Amino acid sequence: MLTRLHNSKKTQLFLGLGAGFGFGFLLEKGGVTRYDVIVGQLLLSDFTVLKIMLSAAAAGMLGVHLLRNLGLAQLHPKPGSWGSTAVGGLIFGLGFATLGYCPGTIAGAVGQGWLDALAGGLTGIILGAGIFASLYPRLKPGILSKGEFKSRTYPELLKINPWAVVIPAVAIIAAFLVWLESRGL
Amino acid sequence: MDWLTMGRWSPYAVGIGIGVLSWLTFVLSDKPIGCSAAFARTSGMIERLFRGNKVLEKPYFKEFAPRVDWEWMLVVGAILGSFTSAKLSGQFKLDWVPSMWAAAFGPRPVTRVAVALLGGVLLGFGSRWAGGCTSGHGISGTLQLAVSSWLAAICFFIGGIAAAFFIFRILG
Repeated sequence: MLTRLHNSKKTQLFLGLGAGFGFGFLLEKGGVTRYDVIVGQLLLSDFTVLKIMLSAAAAGMLGVHLLRNLGLAQLHPKPGSWGSTAVGGLIFGLGFATLGYCPGTIAGAVGQGWLDALAGGLTGIILGAGIFASLYPRLKPGILSKGEFKSRTYPELLKINPWAVVIPAVAIIAAFLVWLESRGL
Repeated sequence: MDWLTMGRWSPYAVGIGIGVLSWLTFVLSDKPIGCSAAFARTSGMIERLFRGNKVLEKPYFKEFAPRVDWEWMLVVGAILGSFTSAKLSGQFKLDWVPSMWAAAFGPRPVTRVAVALLGGVLLGFGSRWAGGCTSGHGISGTLQLAVSSWLAAICFFIGGIAAAFFIFRILG
């Protein structure tokens, strides 16, 4: 039944729209569609972004791994390499601070009425992604494939049951968030 | 229904909400939440308007076809969801310059938009280089315990913190 749902293209477009609606609604309620909140996080004065990301990761981790055990979900971990993931991540970080939004929160910022996000940021992201697409054939055999990761996930890398990673990871995230709150951050 | 019109929710309620939303997208759509590939597809759609079907032969667009897909609709939905939330709480407002930016670099929209454009180019370029963004790697990838995503998320913050301190503590 799920495979049929997954293959129904039109239904999936509506489900995507619905999931996006929920995502944008939550991002706005969380305050992370605002430049000041995102830059505040990067200046280490407002930890809203990290609190949202880590609690989403912890809740998602528990549920998705349970659903996977029940045969209702499959994982889709992205491949990576030092050359692509680390170098690209650092370039992304420079853009993250310069723009003050990221590709998801900028959609929310546009919805909230931020014209700098619409006129500057959105145009820039599309342009930057297009430039990357043009350079891709030259980058792919070179830096992007330097130091490819052999395993896609930590349980695969450590050759252990996923729950032996999920449980400690959730515990560490929870402890870190409690510590953040205890410091008044 | 006061919670719908509230200006802000606890970040933990929001985070857990996003986590639960990803349970649904994994089950119903077999997809993790992610945003940045949609921008690459959009760039291909725009390029196609000018250069025609030759664009489809670009190796990158063979992997990420320039068409509307689930993730592209997710980004459109995020605009609508945020708009609805902001309208409900009365926080929707057309504005050019965020207050932290204005305090450090002045209230002129043109400076802010120029820098936002530059930041956007780096962000779009870097997200495709890294194969994902704050949602695709930072939330969806970390929750799958992906090796690449934990590294990407750490690098997003290393680069972001360094650049933010440079912009606001040295330039600003």
